[in-house]
Amino acid sequence: MINPDSVGRTFEGANSLTINQSEIDSFCSVIGEADTSIAPPTFSIRISLSQYESILTQPEIGVDWTRLVHGDQSFEIIRPIVAGDLLNCSATIETLRVAAGNEIISVRSDLRNGSELVVSTRSTLVVRG
Amino acid sequence: MIEPGATLPTKIFYLDRELLKAYANASGDHNPIHQSEEFALSVGLPNVIAHGMLTMALVGKFISDWAGGSANVKEFSARFLKPVIVPAGEKVDLTVSATVLEVDGNRIKLDCIATSAGVKVLGMAKAVVIK
Repeated sequence: MINPDSVGRTFEGANSLTINQSEIDSFCSVIGEADTSIAPPTFSIRISLSQYESILTQPEIGVDWTRLVHGDQSFEIIRPIVAGDLLNCSATIETLRVAAGNEIISVRSDLRNGSELVVSTRSTLVVRG
Repeated sequence: MIEPGATLPTKIFYLDRELLKAYANASGDHNPIHQSEEFALSVGLPNVIAHGMLTMALVGKFISDWAGGSANVKEFSARFLKPVIVPAGEKVDLTVSATVLEVDGNRIKLDCIATSAGVKVLGMAKAVVIK
């Protein structure tokens, strides 16, 4: 079970991550994007998902990552990510509910370059019971 | 002049196991349900499935192409309704279209439809672009 006390709290990601051009190049290559000067709209999931994993599987929250299914995803892109950005990522657990034996958590994640908000995302994650 | 109700030209992307492997490397999502048929079957899936976020990334490409580049995509959201099933040795379609929902100056809201093998795979797929 996910600790209900974690709802409403914001957890900071462990590390700031420097975005390399090669990461943007490989993401662009998969989707056939020729313009590699900026990251494609969904690129930031690369950062958010790995940060979610390290944040949400902490014992005090208790998400079982092996039973996780992605329910929905939204992005608000304040500006495109570019190579050289040093991004930190927080995760705020907004809601937790249980339906049909599954735990459904809504997480907001803000990616910032220093104090500048770059991308704000919301994810619904379903932990299958 | 773009009016609400206008439809965007349909585009078809093709997915195969090689693309799933490339996306796993590009995204860092190495969940074996996207790579190993044996593993996918063991957790009750019909076959290897594409990453929901790969589907969304390809719809994102469709949107940014229409909008004149990734920089013009301001908001993008979708619900993962059904998986895109990718059998070995096959190329499966991801067919994407969209309708203009709202026009507010240069901000345009789109309602996107994504299907694979005739099945709707994304729900509530909306985007806001500048054009």
